[in-house]
Amino acid sequence: MKDAFGLPQSLLVLGGTSEIAMATARRLVARRTRTVWLAGRPSPALERAAADLRAQGAAVHTVAFDALDADSHEATLGKVFAEGDIDMVLLAFGVLGDQARDEREPAAAVRVAQTNYTGAVSSALVAARALQAQGHGSLVVLSSVAGERARRSNFIYGSSKAGLDAFAQGLGDALHGTGVHVMVVRPGFVRSKMTAGLEEAPLATTPEAVATAIELGLRRRSETVWVPGVLRVVMSALRHVPRGMFRRLPL
Amino acid sequence: MPADTVPVTGWGRTAPTAARLIRPRTYEEAAAAVRDCGARGGIPRGLGRAYGDAAQNAGGAVFDMTALDRIHVIDAAAGIVLCDAGVSLHRLMEVLLPLGWFVPVTPGTRYVTVGGAIGADIHGKNHHVSGSFSRHVLSLELLTADGEIRTVGRDTPLFDATCGGMGLTGMILTATVRLQPVATSLMSVDTERARDLDDLMARLTATDHHHRYSVAWIDLLARGATTGRAVLTRGDHAPLDALPKGTRARREPLAFRTSRFPAAPAFLPEGLLTRTTVGAFNELWYRMAPRARTGELQRISTFFHPLDGVPHWNRIYGRGGFVQYQFVVGHGQEDAVRRIVRRVSERRCPSFLAVLKRFGDADPGWLSFPVPGWTLALDIPAGLPGLGGFLDELDQEVAAADGRVYLAKDSRLRPELLAAMYPRLDDFRALRAELDPRGVFVSDLARRLAL
Repeated sequence: MKDAFGLPQSLLVLGGTSEIAMATARRLVARRTRTVWLAGRPSPALERAAADLRAQGAAVHTVAFDALDADSHEATLGKVFAEGDIDMVLLAFGVLGDQARDEREPAAAVRVAQTNYTGAVSSALVAARALQAQGHGSLVVLSSVAGERARRSNFIYGSSKAGLDAFAQGLGDALHGTGVHVMVVRPGFVRSKMTAGLEEAPLATTPEAVATAIELGLRRRSETVWVPGVLRVVMSALRHVPRGMFRRLPL
Repeated sequence: MPADTVPVTGWGRTAPTAARLIRPRTYEEAAAAVRDCGARGGIPRGLGRAYGDAAQNAGGAVFDMTALDRIHVIDAAAGIVLCDAGVSLHRLMEVLLPLGWFVPVTPGTRYVTVGGAIGADIHGKNHHVSGSFSRHVLSLELLTADGEIRTVGRDTPLFDATCGGMGLTGMILTATVRLQPVATSLMSVDTERARDLDDLMARLTATDHHHRYSVAWIDLLARGATTGRAVLTRGDHAPLDALPKGTRARREPLAFRTSRFPAAPAFLPEGLLTRTTVGAFNELWYRMAPRARTGELQRISTFFHPLDGVPHWNRIYGRGGFVQYQFVVGHGQEDAVRRIVRRVSERRCPSFLAVLKRFGDADPGWLSFPVPGWTLALDIPAGLPGLGGFLDELDQEVAAADGRVYLAKDSRLRPELLAAMYPRLDDFRALRAELDPRGVFVSDLARRLAL
């Protein structure tokens, strides 16, 4: 059960090797979390993440999970929920793709869209139903500012996050009053292995800062969290910039 | 029976979870509700005054007991009442005071049910004389997970597990309670100020036993030399000759009168209670208290239940809600109390009207909270940055002093500390495993702390 400050005792991470997810899990294990399920493609990195959290004192299980294999989500996640209540599900998987290549190879672009959007839709719906049955829990969805307004430089990734963001907002409204809390997290540019080698955008942040913001959002039962918080204002302004001008902005 | 899935919280309005709220109107309906409550079980709920998640059950059933509200028998000669578990202490006062009887124990609100009073084994300002509520319960009827209704007498394991058992042994249907005789419905109250914590503890130690009721309101925002300054109020039921002749009070000495202000509005912004506003309130309230006054006549509602005058007062904390922290440490652990008061004061928690009291002898309930010693209760807005970690540190102090925190108020205890705080926890778990192997009676509190 979550405590008065929204801190979970059990955590399911979808995308168990995500740096933001790991930073969040480390933070929560230092608080109240005692059971962690790391779902991801079986890999040494996933086992390293599990060992890392075990060293902190949590009971950690790894689960083979493939975002692209939507047909398997029901069975895979069903097994996790059958083991006991999950207080928080962190939907953290996603791929950035390579904008230039993805524009040339539609199949690669579709893979980005399928991972970030349809894979998330499928697994979030499975998780949401299980959370609703247990009458409590938070579903934390990692969106991105890239989804707030599509940019020339990464609109394939951005559009997949836009879809995910809209989906998660609607899901949150659908679950209002059921005891389940859906929180959409919109980080800006996060310095991580996913963005390694890219040119850093203004207001860049870190996985640890996102984890801090998630903990605060859990306590406040926030529906939307921007990291850093000032992005809420910045993006609100950018949303209203005329197309012709927005196109020319160096973003 | 009406059953809606609704979000449920405790009085502190933190951590809402959804449950089917079922309101049985007869014992048969209650038995059916327990039988049909499904895989996620059920938990009885009274008037929802437990601060944390004791009367919540995510995804399962919550049995609203307030429709089972009949007072069956009053023995006005012996001072014994037999009533349903859903009867409130407010209702008992309305009915019993004109007959010259008062409830044996009342907490800071009279809007609690008899069932809740037993489940949380509540205490009041008279704990040093009268013990906790369960001391005055002669027997109770308990609907257990197997669907049986058992009559549970004192000095049985089931009685001791049920008193303070947070509703987890079964659903209390009725209770037989011994009452306190009174000559009037007024209180004779002595008020004095204590200039700091040492002064306060000395005064409580020296003169508590002269009064049936005793409590100190402590200003936790006072710092430096005035750390722990407080206003002590001690009272006794006023005898008839204390009431001035020719007054309405004297003509109707047993009338139960209450005052009521408008309710707190439903939507108050967060952040009304800051260090500044709470500090100003505490300052004003301390200054306005008399340095020393004896024999003031007060209504029962004024003396015992000042906050009941403002319905929904918990809303003043806004949407984020609040956390109440109450612990007890034994006699000889005064230093732990001093350290905790100093830490709260130094941290500048906007906590108004904290309460310090000396407990008397403990009662046998396995998870009953009171033990002889010092208890401190404080309210803090849940949104205060770093509050969770700070309370964890206070838990360490309390546990190191062999103390414990109160489950009826808890919403955030680290589960690992529970066994040290409640040594009979294993007995409680074993009894539950035997009595209720399928875990029919379960709450969010029970899940969170693995009770």
